[in-house]
Amino acid sequence: MAVTQETPATSGPRAKTPTTATGSTRRVRRRGEATMGAAMVAPAVLLLIFFFFIPVGLCFALAFTNARLISPEPAKIIGFENFTRLFSDPLFWKSLRNTFYFAVVVVPLQSGFALLLALLVNTKIRGVNFFRTLYFVPVVTSIVVVSILWKFMYQPDGLINNLLQTATFNVVQGTDWLNNPTAAMPAIMFMSIWQAVGFHMVIWLSGLQTIPGELYEASELDGAGKWQQFRYVTWPGLKATRTFILVTITIAALSLFAQINVMTQGGPLDRTSTVVFQAVRVGYGQQETAYASTISLVFFVLVLMVSLVQRYLTRERG
Amino acid sequence: MTTLDQAQAPSRAAPATGAARRPGLRRAGGNLVRILLVGFFAFPLVFMFMSSLKPDDQIFADLSSIKAFLPVGDISLANYTGVFDTVPAARFLINSIIITTLIVLVGLVVNSMAAFALSRMRWRGKTVVLAAIIATLVVPFETFALPLLWWVNKLPWFLFQGGQLYYTTGWLDTYRVQIFPFLANAFSIYLFYSYFQSIPTTLDEAARVDGAGWFRIYRSVVMPLAGPAIATVAILTFLPAWNSYLWPLMVVQTESLRPVMVGISYFQQLKVLWGQIMAYSTLITIPVLVMFLALQRQFIRSIASAGVKG
Repeated sequence: MAVTQETPATSGPRAKTPTTATGSTRRVRRRGEATMGAAMVAPAVLLLIFFFFIPVGLCFALAFTNARLISPEPAKIIGFENFTRLFSDPLFWKSLRNTFYFAVVVVPLQSGFALLLALLVNTKIRGVNFFRTLYFVPVVTSIVVVSILWKFMYQPDGLINNLLQTATFNVVQGTDWLNNPTAAMPAIMFMSIWQAVGFHMVIWLSGLQTIPGELYEASELDGAGKWQQFRYVTWPGLKATRTFILVTITIAALSLFAQINVMTQGGPLDRTSTVVFQAVRVGYGQQETAYASTISLVFFVLVLMVSLVQRYLTRERG
Repeated sequence: MTTLDQAQAPSRAAPATGAARRPGLRRAGGNLVRILLVGFFAFPLVFMFMSSLKPDDQIFADLSSIKAFLPVGDISLANYTGVFDTVPAARFLINSIIITTLIVLVGLVVNSMAAFALSRMRWRGKTVVLAAIIATLVVPFETFALPLLWWVNKLPWFLFQGGQLYYTTGWLDTYRVQIFPFLANAFSIYLFYSYFQSIPTTLDEAARVDGAGWFRIYRSVVMPLAGPAIATVAILTFLPAWNSYLWPLMVVQTESLRPVMVGISYFQQLKVLWGQIMAYSTLITIPVLVMFLALQRQFIRSIASAGVKG
């Protein structure tokens, strides 16, 4: 994920040739080093070119053509036609809105809940590792399995509605979660948070553990309460972690696909269709690679904006 | 990502200080919340496992009571044996094992080698390559999955059969299309790179004086010291490979080439045998779960390092 520029680009005075070598052997050795270095990096670079750089380039290029996934005729350049189609495509706008809806709700809830969990398990009490482990278990469970399981639980007479009724003494009656246009997306949000929150708990936790314990001791001596400690020690200490978590959750939320494909197929009434789901439906289902590339470009721009915002945030304060 | 480099070895400080003041009540309250949360995170998975042991009509009958979470009634492994008759479940498992193993193992070699060359050796263009690899970290797979689908359908492949070289086009519906795109991984390279930077170069200089070549230094000096990095990269490539869904969904048509997640998603759409679906879900979750529980600390550390350095 997002990256610093301060990563050392050159590795400094490494690989010094032994001082005993004469000038010519040193030169030979250095040429050998150059060849060997290129050879060792070549497999990875070639694979990245073929399966990353070319497809990313194609995403831009194909958006201006009429390429189809399987077609006897070569693709033709058609200019901005795909873009005009995109902007007048109501399903695309709906999907974009649904994607934002998902992100706007999930990002704060999930990062906040994850922080709460991290604070709960950042203690030295006995058995705390047990809690950390269990909160993390949904993360290692495949999102496809999770989606199938929750689809079953969300049925009108399913486990969730039964639990709701029991817990509220029959006051709250559930709904047909995934077929109710207003309830479907929140149901998917709830499940997604349940599945992924442990991941971000662990990241918050690693951030919490970088805050020196002396700061807490000092603040305690100064008579700081729990909330003041959080406000003036913990929160400022989590600056870098915070940005990272916001960016990863936002990008993951914008990429929403598997849950939709397994649980609702975009329905009911297109209320759960998302940008990536549309791209797949068009590019794979209808084999319209060009139009799918156009949709992917929009997704790319969204992700880029998120990273730029992150850059801005870290630069301004750092 | 951003600048947490000094946090590499988190000081395990900062315990709950306030709790020390009024230990009894506050701790009990905290533990109650923690235990309730265990229920929140565990109940769907317990339900999945218990349902996998019951016939379908009993699953539905048990939904309205605590029995949904208990192994009571007509308990058997019938769903587990049944699922292998309903779908080629064994085939899906074998496919996923093959694909995941290759992605993890070949990935470890390819990425660590690249990281070694980037961190240890001098060659022209290194700066550009490093910058390009790091730039790829911000782009999620979903952005280029569809152009990639088009592209792999155009890629050539060579076969050598009976003394003759054959040439085919299109990688769709193969194992290789499920493997190759995920071998080189910028994040793995980056993790190895930062780890290698922390291994002192005096060791390889000594080996070079003894006449060891670069590859030998990589294999016999640096890699044996890179255990934690290897474990982290293995874990971080294993999980998405085993759980991969979007890509195999698009590139595999033939049932016998499907990995587990695509297999189960079709199964769930075609036949509504919830007991068997739960059984197969349990079955494909267990390998990951067992591995996670066995390597728990390593797992959590890997994820945390993803956060600190990602």
